[in-house]
Amino acid sequence: MPRLNSVADLDRYRGELLAAQDANKLCVTICSGTGCHALRSDKVHQAFVDELERNGLDGRVDIRRTGCHGFCERGTIVTILPQEVTYLQVKPDDVAEIVAKTALQGEVIGRLLYQDGDGRGILHEDEIPFYKHQSPFVLGLNRFIDPKNIDSYIVRGGYTALAKALFQMSPEQVLEEVKAANLRGRGGGGFPTGVKWQTTKDAPGDIKYVVVNADEGDPGAYMDRSLLEGNPHRVLEGLIIGANAIGARHGFVYVRQEYPIAVENLSVALEQAREYGLLGPSVLGSGLAFDVRVHRGAGAFVSGESSALMCAIEGTVGEPRPKYVRTAVSGIWGRPTNLNNVETWATVPLIIDKGAEWFTSIGTEKSKGTKIFSLVGKVNNTGLVEVPMGTTLRQVVYDIGGGVPKERKFKAVQTGGPSGGMIPEKLLDLPVDFDELAKAGSMMGSGGMIVMDEDTCMVDTARYFLNFLSEESCGKCAPCREGICQMLNVLNRICAGDGREGDIELLEEISEVVKGWSLCALGGTAPNPVLSTIAHFRDEYEAHIREKRCPAGVCKALISYYIDPQKCEACIICLKNCAVGAISGGKNLVHVVDQAKCTKCGTCLDVCPSRFDAVMILSGVPVPEPIPLGTQVTRKRGRGHE
Amino acid sequence: MSDVALVINGRNVTAEKGMTILEAARNAGVDIPTLCHHEEVAPFGACRLCTVEITSGGRSRLVASCVYPAEEGLDVQTESAPVVKGRKLILEMLLARAPGVQALRAYASRYGVDVAKFSSDPSFCILCGLCVNYCAEVKGKHAMGFTGRGVERQVMFLPEVASEECPKCGECFSLCPTGVWPSNYDLARVPRATEPANPFA
Repeated sequence: MPRLNSVADLDRYRGELLAAQDANKLCVTICSGTGCHALRSDKVHQAFVDELERNGLDGRVDIRRTGCHGFCERGTIVTILPQEVTYLQVKPDDVAEIVAKTALQGEVIGRLLYQDGDGRGILHEDEIPFYKHQSPFVLGLNRFIDPKNIDSYIVRGGYTALAKALFQMSPEQVLEEVKAANLRGRGGGGFPTGVKWQTTKDAPGDIKYVVVNADEGDPGAYMDRSLLEGNPHRVLEGLIIGANAIGARHGFVYVRQEYPIAVENLSVALEQAREYGLLGPSVLGSGLAFDVRVHRGAGAFVSGESSALMCAIEGTVGEPRPKYVRTAVSGIWGRPTNLNNVETWATVPLIIDKGAEWFTSIGTEKSKGTKIFSLVGKVNNTGLVEVPMGTTLRQVVYDIGGGVPKERKFKAVQTGGPSGGMIPEKLLDLPVDFDELAKAGSMMGSGGMIVMDEDTCMVDTARYFLNFLSEESCGKCAPCREGICQMLNVLNRICAGDGREGDIELLEEISEVVKGWSLCALGGTAPNPVLSTIAHFRDEYEAHIREKRCPAGVCKALISYYIDPQKCEACIICLKNCAVGAISGGKNLVHVVDQAKCTKCGTCLDVCPSRFDAVMILSGVPVPEPIPLGTQVTRKRGRGHE
Repeated sequence: MSDVALVINGRNVTAEKGMTILEAARNAGVDIPTLCHHEEVAPFGACRLCTVEITSGGRSRLVASCVYPAEEGLDVQTESAPVVKGRKLILEMLLARAPGVQALRAYASRYGVDVAKFSSDPSFCILCGLCVNYCAEVKGKHAMGFTGRGVERQVMFLPEVASEECPKCGECFSLCPTGVWPSNYDLARVPRATEPANPFA
């Protein structure tokens, strides 16, 4: 193990690693990010180990488990290097064929490739439409490196930005570069990173701290998780650069305990960095003393708020405190503390490496660089997406995300996590950046993007997010605790069909106070889901309140499942699947839903064969009188018997 | 100690540097409602009732006066329309939680609030945290603390500490704006009719 005591050491070591590499040697990379992990990429990995051994190829073919590639919809992703042939949805059963054909004979297996619209297989990952429209400057390395092996990062240019920042630039120059790049906080606030660094640097006191905020808690968001899991050294490199610029000697990574792979990979990375001399009493022989401690969070959403996070690091309850004096001036134990999000730190090496001028050439006027989004919900290509700021929502949802599945109609996209807002179809051409999203009543947040289709009820969605926030509010301050609770009560009654005239106005009234009077940003943004749905989908609220109708057919109290006797073919499928025996009928007898017994689980609708399409959701209209039990179906020629 | 000059409700006021707006206002005889504030306890900033409207540099915003420092040149409005509007709503919501609390009722009549605007499942505690913070900061005992999050938040005695310390102190009882805390303590003290069987015996 090398001890890197100078830039020359680092360069020499990288040279040795490069020289030891055989460009022609086969390497199987297996995505082991969260998505693929859930799809049991570990079994695919084991299958490769076994299969290569069986064929006597162990040693002649490398296997590398990489971080998240982003295209989680199609995991497990396996890429064969150096050809860069990418196979999707690889199962352990496919491995023998991959080894026999691709590894041994260089033959491509068509069925494992991405198929384009015309059924042609796409060989290389970059050419897949999902990736073609992206600019993966921050996330891109994930797919090539083994996060548990620092050499894998160094050989691809890792820690060169640190060397540059330590030996070719003064701390002031680094700070000026970050300022000139106009980097804004990726955690959601969008605060200029350079300004924050400067404030911490200028704050009185010898002891200062830098913190990585990895308390990513938005439902459906996993950008930071994938960066920490897939490329922890990149985050660490950014952190060391920042620490040197600011004058901090201690760093913390606050990471959720629920992210076990991130915690593990990060801990391994820190250990390796210490062994290599990239952390410790003299980073890279520069004289900079800096080390990092991992603090595992217990999973409170509010702990992602900077002052709450700092309380948690101090060992007290993670509750926000008033921040009229900034944490950059008085943070952990009252010391100046600079906190940035994972993605912000991971962007720093890029700026030092390529320069502020390059960075500012990407993005919009006030939001520079790229942003990673986790694109989830009713969208064909679920996954992580990195695009330049200013890319439109339409490009993200359609060009990259492949649109809405099952030919459903797009309804809205929710950005910014639970406190973000719903953006309707008419604003799909909105360029995504900090300011444009805020103008539309939403926010960037940390980059969650949830696509919703016509089957999503906007009132129910607002209720879902408010319910999440009511559980995650710390309860310290009255407007947030009581206000969210009262708003949730109103939303519950609207969804239950008990909405009253004036409820929309009441929601707006409470929202204003929760927004303006809460102690921290959790309360300050909590009403966004409600306000944005009222702004863009007021008609849905009114339908619930006035007509007792849920237009999307979601709110259980307002809908009924009904079998159209004209369409029912008495196939008995729904009857057999109904968990509560609410469907009567029989062979050749029209099926009827007993409304009194029905629990509105929707199973009958799901199982009714699409060629019959007999089950429907009724809302706002009375359920027709059931036809007499024992009515025979009248079969229509040519229907249902193909 | 240097002084700062600010304007509160149109009156020129001088405050010591380091004072909060609330302290400056009270020194000048301006009453700002509070529930979680106590001179001997560090500002908690939880009830938000003390929120005031400040204008500085042409920009006005709402801040909690118990934690916001009195700054030179600040223009403070303690009873402006947006302030009163928010205060009323917070009182209405707190009254839904604890309708019988005297301190709330007094402010309610001062601001003319709709006592029954929100229906809810009434309790006693308004979670001002005075008992918790006083016990921790002034007495250094930590005999009670918060448990739970959001609406589930509660104040609980820590039996091991409370059984030792509370009988000889009880100072928080008079601080409690609800008046219910002492009886809560008494309830906690009532010996059980039958002691549960020791499973390890």
